[in-house]
Amino acid sequence: MATEKRDKEEEEVKTDDGSLKIKPRPIVQLGIFLVAHSPVFSVVFSAAGVLALLILPLLAKNTYISENALMPGSARSMLSNRDVSDGSKLVKDIKNYRLNHEGQGVEVQKLIGKYMSEMGAEVYYQKFHPEGNQFHPLHFFSGPDSYTLLDNVSCASYGVNVAGIIRAPRGDGKESIVLVTPYDFINGGDYEALSLGITGTLFSLLARVTWLSKDIIWLVADSRYGDYRPVAAWLTEYHSPSFKDSDLLKCGELNTADKFRRAGTMAAALVLKVDGRSERFEDTLSIYAEASNGQMPNLDLINVVNYLAVHRQGFYVKVEKVVSLLSSSWLKIIGEIFEAVGKLAHTLNPDWNFGIPTADYLEGSATLASSLYSQALGIPTGPHGAFRDYQVDAITLKVSPRFPPDSKTRQHDFFLRGAKLLEGTIRSVNNLLEKFHQSFFLYLLTSPSKFISVGVYMIAFALLVASLPMVAASLYIDGCKALNNSTLNPAGNFKSWKWLDAAKQVFALHLFGLIVTLLPYFICQVPGQHSPSNRSIMWGTTSSSLLLITFATIPGCSPFSSRRHGTNWAVLKSVTISAAFIGLCLMSIINFATAEIGALLLVPTCLIVQPIKPALRSRRIKSLLGAFCSMVLLTIGFPVMLFAISKGLFGEGLVGLSLGGEFWTWLESLWAWKSATYLYIGMVHLPCWLLCLCILFHPS
Amino acid sequence: MASLVRSWIPLLILQSFLVAVAFGSKEAEQFSEALLLKPLPDRKVLAHFHFENRAPPSNSHGRHHHLFPKAISQLVQKFRVKEMELSFTQGRWNHEHWGGFDPLSSMNAKPVGVELWAVFDVPQSQVDTSWKNLTHALSGLFCASINFLESSTSYAAPTWGFGTNSDKLRYGSLPREAVCTENLTPWLKLLPCRDKDGISALMNRPSVYRGFYHSQRLHLSTVESGQEGLGSGIVLEQTLTVVLQPETTSVETNMQPSWSLSSLFGRKVVGSCVLAKSSNVYLQLEGRLGHESKNVDTEIEAHKLWKNADFDLSLKPDRVLRESSGLLFIFDIDKSSDSEPFDLGLNWKLPSKWSCQQAPLQASRFLMGSGNERGAIAILLKATESQEKLPGRELTDGRCTIKANIFQIFPWYIKVYYHTLQIFVDQQQKTDSEVLKKINVSPSTDKVSSGMLEMMLELPCEVKSAAISIEYDKGFLHIDEYPPDANQGFDIPSALISFPSHHASLDFQEELSKSPLLSSFKEKSLVRSYTEVLLVPLTTPDFSMPYNVITITCTIFALYFGSLLNVLRRRIGEEERFLKSQGKKTGGVKQLLLRLTAKIRGRPIEAPSSESPAAESSFLSTKLIFKIILIAGAAAAWQYFSTDK
Repeated sequence: MATEKRDKEEEEVKTDDGSLKIKPRPIVQLGIFLVAHSPVFSVVFSAAGVLALLILPLLAKNTYISENALMPGSARSMLSNRDVSDGSKLVKDIKNYRLNHEGQGVEVQKLIGKYMSEMGAEVYYQKFHPEGNQFHPLHFFSGPDSYTLLDNVSCASYGVNVAGIIRAPRGDGKESIVLVTPYDFINGGDYEALSLGITGTLFSLLARVTWLSKDIIWLVADSRYGDYRPVAAWLTEYHSPSFKDSDLLKCGELNTADKFRRAGTMAAALVLKVDGRSERFEDTLSIYAEASNGQMPNLDLINVVNYLAVHRQGFYVKVEKVVSLLSSSWLKIIGEIFEAVGKLAHTLNPDWNFGIPTADYLEGSATLASSLYSQALGIPTGPHGAFRDYQVDAITLKVSPRFPPDSKTRQHDFFLRGAKLLEGTIRSVNNLLEKFHQSFFLYLLTSPSKFISVGVYMIAFALLVASLPMVAASLYIDGCKALNNSTLNPAGNFKSWKWLDAAKQVFALHLFGLIVTLLPYFICQVPGQHSPSNRSIMWGTTSSSLLLITFATIPGCSPFSSRRHGTNWAVLKSVTISAAFIGLCLMSIINFATAEIGALLLVPTCLIVQPIKPALRSRRIKSLLGAFCSMVLLTIGFPVMLFAISKGLFGEGLVGLSLGGEFWTWLESLWAWKSATYLYIGMVHLPCWLLCLCILFHPS
Repeated sequence: MASLVRSWIPLLILQSFLVAVAFGSKEAEQFSEALLLKPLPDRKVLAHFHFENRAPPSNSHGRHHHLFPKAISQLVQKFRVKEMELSFTQGRWNHEHWGGFDPLSSMNAKPVGVELWAVFDVPQSQVDTSWKNLTHALSGLFCASINFLESSTSYAAPTWGFGTNSDKLRYGSLPREAVCTENLTPWLKLLPCRDKDGISALMNRPSVYRGFYHSQRLHLSTVESGQEGLGSGIVLEQTLTVVLQPETTSVETNMQPSWSLSSLFGRKVVGSCVLAKSSNVYLQLEGRLGHESKNVDTEIEAHKLWKNADFDLSLKPDRVLRESSGLLFIFDIDKSSDSEPFDLGLNWKLPSKWSCQQAPLQASRFLMGSGNERGAIAILLKATESQEKLPGRELTDGRCTIKANIFQIFPWYIKVYYHTLQIFVDQQQKTDSEVLKKINVSPSTDKVSSGMLEMMLELPCEVKSAAISIEYDKGFLHIDEYPPDANQGFDIPSALISFPSHHASLDFQEELSKSPLLSSFKEKSLVRSYTEVLLVPLTTPDFSMPYNVITITCTIFALYFGSLLNVLRRRIGEEERFLKSQGKKTGGVKQLLLRLTAKIRGRPIEAPSSESPAAESSFLSTKLIFKIILIAGAAAAWQYFSTDK
């Protein structure tokens, strides 16, 4: 795009030289106009991009059930008191057993297994190894890797999942719905046991109903080693089992070989957790939907749960939000401004109803920020993330009851309502003839019942990014002119290769970024136990020495090299901006939220950065201000700094000394979850940041 | 009046039947009906209706049938069907609890949906045409979309994997076909008494379709007479197998539910179909029940068989047969009448438990992998508990082996790579030569024919589990090849696992009358089981957005052709030169415009004066501004008035 414009530009220059004035085509004219006034337009576009982001909570639409077949809440619940008492009995049995017995055995699993088989389900147990995710640089974007079994599996630590399958009486067994309840069989608290009670109640009902058309799988995941890992291990075994012999099967007295059962393609999965006591008067239901790399389940699934929870069972439904934003004054002022504008618009034309109250705006923005952040991080927010790897729509429901866990009378009601909610959801999914495809997959939530679709939220990004090619083109032209003036030999055929030197530098730094990205893999291979801070120091030192080597070996790369080798900073900036543009656009396809946040940081930095020396020399206020701004932006733009700021924003305390260690742990989690954000930071953000640094200290 | 008619019609039919017997060929057409009831270990009851209709070989010219359905005989004659089987099934057969090693399950446990296979007696080149015509005829006959089996992408020609060795065999199945009462009605029409009388009167639609498993089957075979001039005889076997859950009031979970015919079906049998040669009801009790009493010599002992501490029957059986694994009570329903309907009941007194005999290996099939690009199909064979007791082991080279045939059809959009076939026996990977005795592969052709895999495994007898996996790529379909509800995914039909060295049969200790049901049980039938149907999600276009697609396509086309034409037509150098040579002459477009306006006004072209363009342009611009203001004002006024309303 940029080159095209440049071509047009050159064409224009040529005609300018001639005496004739040929009117170029309107689109070319527009391009020339934009490039000629790029400083103004870049400011306008960037400001519009930020504004568009801020205005998003106003543009959120109410969710609606898109797939007609779902028909949530149309059937009467069939749950009876018998089912609830079955569920309560299960919880009581487990509690009693846990009180009287201490140990590491699988007796609690067997208790649940017995309950399931009494209900008429097919039961099996699955052993898994707690360590699953290992960083391997080449495994990014590859699907869930096949079950790689380590040869020297120790029997010291392994978990045991229980799963029960209810076969649909008249179904054909092609599809299934999965219910997951993570439960720590050894340390699980009383609240966690309640989730087993709800699902047990539901299971008792589902075992005797005749309307099932899809099989039901209830997985009680052993959450001793975290919520995610048991579910991921079970899914791996379900979808890509190893038929080879494994040592894990021989551990313990429980024989699980060849017992694994399956129930067809999964249509949807629901993860149920009960934790903590609700702070509100009602029982609270939190919905978590973000899976790895910002993938979301179909919006219809969230809609169904939200509809049933709010309109049928009277839960207070919420999604996560950034709490610190709720009390921020600047956002409040913006909200008030929008409210005033909305009111004004309403008085002008009663049909214009885009204004929302400030409180709503604050709530919406806080939720939106959290939604953006979780998607950008690329780390799943719960065990449901494991399902997304297999294209199964899944969400985690976290229920907080309003009563203490030992209240018997309230418990009955709680089980009934929780099971009714799940029953309704399962019934809706059961109605589906096709898999979820009607509603949105790309969206951001501003509240459980409001969303922003991709068509709206990408405007902000497009506006932010749009200024980049414009500025790149104009800078290139300026740079070329400057070079033409300075060099004595304006060879015609050499003219178009001006950007090559700059491109070399940009390429070298991107290569450096790639190496830095891959370094942790080798640092992890270093024998011996190292603390995260040690590792981060190792990483930091190797990276900076590598950077020095890069600067030393490649001439003209370093900002400190002599002026004769150095390239024109305008051309360098132009190529940097082009590289940032390409990187951001690529990232927006992989993970939009990362690209959005990345653009917010990178675009102003790239646009504003200028060599500091001439600014200092000139001592004009305008240029000094520019230099100061670019300094500030570059400081913020450093990934470690960014991490510290985001930590502070999310209200987590930070100890200055352990920053490196924490940063390392954070990155470790990123690559363990195969988050593309890690690649973005290493291969787009870091090189562009370094290039901006080079421009800042450019000796021109 | 009604009763009069009811009593008259059978009489009339009987009369015609007698006439036919008197004047017809020596061997008469025969019809027999039977119902087998069998309690299952998981508190359900299996009911198996069996109707057999035999047409003896006779002269094919001017053939007339008395009992045999004309539609079927015409079908056989027209398409020269040697053997055919059609089944409609809903629900899954539970091999674990309902058995897998008896003739009943090996013949009646069918894959979900429609399954059809036929052997033709025509030259090899005409087999496919006959098959296609047959599917259409059956489709009309049974109100089902069997005609979809016409397409060569949906059927295959198994050579030996199916169990019947013939090169004129065609096999196809439709896993997605919904089975309902509209398929049962034409099936019942083939019976001489329909569902008006006899055992078939029990088929109350709501209770039949409430069942957990429901399979209606039609099997026909021709019997060669061997005589000159005579055609071939046809044996038509119609069965309906349902698994029902008797309603119980007892809460005890280990107690078998008691039931009676009227509680299961909501109806009773009032007399047999008068046209039937025999009409019997059988009750099969499996497991340890059979071994309780060794001798049935005395009357008391025999009485004890059906009225004992465990259970009692509401009616006295006419005969009691014993076979290796259980008891078979035989009831004749001829004696029942309107006043005294036949309502067999089984009342359990004590909790009892037994298990069904299972096939040597239990098969399950599943999909592996994720994503829309590729995947793998795995078939898992697990040894059952009863495996060691079963006969049919073979000794090859001093090793005890179990043979298993696997027959699988792959639709063409599942592009199977046959070289990726991996076989694991007891978690150890085996090379093909170790376990694979025979394999026959016919690869699929895109949009032309489906692929087929037949293989014979030879597994050691002590095998615990065997797994077979084969990888595939998912194909892309053309937009109009997608079926409705394409987002559901695509079905891979059931694989058939059969054990060629195992045969299921019931061997009765006594010789018995020629009951067709029992003789079919006595025949050795191949032990076979069908696996689950698999659902493969393929990439599907967004069908709900044709508008967007059209818009985008049109835009791209416009842009592409516009710029292409521009590039082809425009010569920038030429244009420049042309402009230079034109000098201060007015542009071509302007001249054209002038000419046009002149034509419209009907005046000759005015010579362009030197100062007129500027004046004209200023005049034009004021006029233009005026026009714009006018239009804007009108728009504002319209907006104001329209919103005020």
